[in-house]
Amino acid sequence: MTEGEPLFRLDWVLQHLDMLWQRIGEHILVTVIAVAAGFVISFGLALAVRRYPFIYGPILAISGILYAIPSIALFVLFIPITGLSLLTAEIALVSYTLVILVRNMVTGLRGVPPEVIEAARGMGYTDRQRLWRVELPIAMPIIVAGLRIATVTTIGLVTIATLIGMGGLGYLIVNIGVQRRFPTATITGVVIVVLLSTAVDLGLQLLQRRLTPWARAHEA
Amino acid sequence: MTSSAAVVTLDHVSKRYGPAGTPPAVSDLSLTIPAGEIVVLVGPSGCGKTTTMKMINRLIEPTTGRITIDGEDVMRLPAVELRRRIGYVIQQVGLFPHLTVAENVAVVPRLLRWPETRVRDRVEELLDLVRLDPATYRDRYPSALSGGERQRVGVARALAADPPLMLMDEPFGAVDPILRDRLQNEFLRLQAQVRKTIVFVTHDVDEAIKMADRIAILQRGGILAQYDTPDAILAEPASEFVSRFVGADRGLKRLSLGRVRDLALTSPTTARVGEARADVRRRLDEAGAEYALLLDESDKPIGWIERRDLSGDDGVTPDDATPGSPTLQPESTLRDALSAMLGSSVQLGVVVDEAERVLGVVSVDAISEVLRAPAATVR
Amino acid sequence: MDFLAQVLAWFTDPANWTGNNAIPLRLWQHLSLSVVSLAVGVAIALPIGLYIGHTGRGARFAVAVSNIGRAVPSLGWLGIAYPISTGLFQRAGIGFLPAFIGLVALAIPPIVTNTYAGLRAVDDELREAARGMGMHELQLLMRVEVPVALTVILAGIRVSAVAVVATAPLAALVGGGTLGAYILQGLALSDEVRVFAAAVMVALLAILTELAFAWLQRRAVSPGLAAAGDASWVEPPQLPAGPAIVPS
Ligand SMILES: Nc1ncnc2c1ncn2[C@@H]1O[C@H](COP(=O)(O)OP(=O)(O)OP(=O)(O)O)[C@@H](O)[C@H]1O
Ligand SMILES: [Mg+2]
Repeated sequence: MTEGEPLFRLDWVLQHLDMLWQRIGEHILVTVIAVAAGFVISFGLALAVRRYPFIYGPILAISGILYAIPSIALFVLFIPITGLSLLTAEIALVSYTLVILVRNMVTGLRGVPPEVIEAARGMGYTDRQRLWRVELPIAMPIIVAGLRIATVTTIGLVTIATLIGMGGLGYLIVNIGVQRRFPTATITGVVIVVLLSTAVDLGLQLLQRRLTPWARAHEA
Repeated sequence: MTSSAAVVTLDHVSKRYGPAGTPPAVSDLSLTIPAGEIVVLVGPSGCGKTTTMKMINRLIEPTTGRITIDGEDVMRLPAVELRRRIGYVIQQVGLFPHLTVAENVAVVPRLLRWPETRVRDRVEELLDLVRLDPATYRDRYPSALSGGERQRVGVARALAADPPLMLMDEPFGAVDPILRDRLQNEFLRLQAQVRKTIVFVTHDVDEAIKMADRIAILQRGGILAQYDTPDAILAEPASEFVSRFVGADRGLKRLSLGRVRDLALTSPTTARVGEARADVRRRLDEAGAEYALLLDESDKPIGWIERRDLSGDDGVTPDDATPGSPTLQPESTLRDALSAMLGSSVQLGVVVDEAERVLGVVSVDAISEVLRAPAATVR
Repeated sequence: MDFLAQVLAWFTDPANWTGNNAIPLRLWQHLSLSVVSLAVGVAIALPIGLYIGHTGRGARFAVAVSNIGRAVPSLGWLGIAYPISTGLFQRAGIGFLPAFIGLVALAIPPIVTNTYAGLRAVDDELREAARGMGMHELQLLMRVEVPVALTVILAGIRVSAVAVVATAPLAALVGGGTLGAYILQGLALSDEVRVFAAAVMVALLAILTELAFAWLQRRAVSPGLAAAGDASWVEPPQLPAGPAIVPS
């Protein structure tokens, strides 16, 4: 930061709106790919756990280890194999979403009261009907809660992917802001990330309420 | 173990949680709690029992009125000092989960900075007192105790600094009825040893009757409906409220206050195995009785023989008697005695000593006599 | 395998053990920065959490801190710290200071959140028993509330410690050295071996930190509380189920 450089320059922001939109778009894209892929894989794993409960322990153990590896390390550990690519970034991001999503999905499905399952059986639901019409709707609040955390987490982690050139808003924070000593970019980047996480969090919270009108009475 | 018990007085005490104008939780309550007695505060839920009790150790401060312990105004003492001198047992026990049994019991002595050796001796003594083997229980954590054991540790902890006064808020509320009965008995035995002044809160009338030297019945709003001995309250409820609260079966409840030893025993006509039947018949005629009590060689009762089963001339055999007649101890409550007698064919209760030798018999009439008597003849 | 052999060779190359880019120096920078930041973070956050948790006053503040902790990415803390340290100290924020400020800020939210939530979760009956037995408020806090909530409080410190160790590499961006320096050098020079070697060291440090705290937790927490289970992450009641802190 050069002498006399102000902390924040609104004119710079206004001049670079196009670039900002582009970074936001990139950030959202990387996030959505990671969360969507993580969601699909987690759902598959959760269904597998529903059928074969004994695999839950090993799944938790492996994802726990992945979770313990710092993101900075995880982002670069795969470079020797997958290079500086979107794939490298997504491998790390998806790994983190798995821990959160699998755990919440399994907890949600297991939280369905046994008497409800019993009743559904008694009414002649097939296994698949029971899953889709009884268990998943009941588990939905916890699953969406997991989705909220996974998404907010991912939005934050994407910034670090700027180290390998996939960072979206991280590029503003680090490559322009820190490395060129230009605080305006850093602050802009951080503020947008926080706004984005908050907006997504609120959006998913609304979705959660929409999907589960019966849960509202419990929330208090 | 003989710190003198304290006298507690409540003098026109009121407590209002809300601003002036809201209905008070306790209204103008005056009570004198005599030294060494168990005073039970009883009443329907929300009537202000807990509030009253907590004002004594200042967990709650009264809005108006004065509370004294041995003449000292509690508001004049620093709250923590006051509380260290008062044993306190709450319903959920509240044992500290991170401390062992011994450490839990030692909390107040350590707050009072007793020397460690004295603390250790005291812990052993108290665990013995509440019938928990120190070697087994000292180093256990509360999570490894049963509900009853926790209660006992809670009582030991409250007794630790030998306080002259104990406050107990539904101490046996969280345990099942059978265990509660046992803990109550144990506690009464313990109290016979330590003779503390005890303020005991419950909403269970039966527990109040069993535990109390005196009962204070509170009405919603902390209004004192009656303050007297259990017997007096059962015999002469002061109001419609009290008589409804103690229940329509208060006559029967009164019976649980009386003991068989309080009744005059009568001597039954007896018979012995091998004795000639004619002799027994003659004695029955002399006594004008219908039944003779058959005894074995060591004076233990075998059963009752009815006059019409005594025809003939051979000796009396054990088979002549109707067995299964329950025996009573002098310590049995009149309520238990009555129900035992109603269940047997003869309607007489045989009272025996520890060696099961017959002391005498009681009749249903003798018990109903007691029910007709005014207060204070039982006990 | 060829690649791993190169990594091994990097570790054993004497050139990497001397000079101002030596492994011991980078490790030392990494650890000292982490330890100092965590210590200061604990010194700030713990009293706040204890106060809020004990009194129940300022619960909203605790929730806000926890929400901010979730929303601001770890990179964001360092990014913000850099202009702040420049502004505060009127000189180009380079080296230790901005990294330190960022890491302290990163360490605070989990400790405040967990300390607050841990104390709030202590049963009221224990407080009542403690007060009824004549404990002062400070005795109640230190002898009952903290020991009972210790698992959760330590879990908060553990989460912070791991986050600090894991984020310290970003200090290299502001000239703070640490193992992150190797990562930046490696990325700039397309030296995958160096990047990988540094990543492995960072990962090991993070895992060691985790293990060290797990050990500490087992040692420090009363065995009487073991039955209560291992609360590796807690939730203030306002937040949905999930880990209390984002991965670092
Ligand atoms: N901290 C408080 N703030 C406001 N009102 C209170 C408070 N504590 C008790 N009350 C009210 O005061 C009244 C008496 O309460 P208290 O706890 O003394 O009743 P109790 O006789 O012990 O009842 P229970 O048998 O249910 O324990 C109740 O109406 C209760 O709602
Ligand atoms: Mg009560």
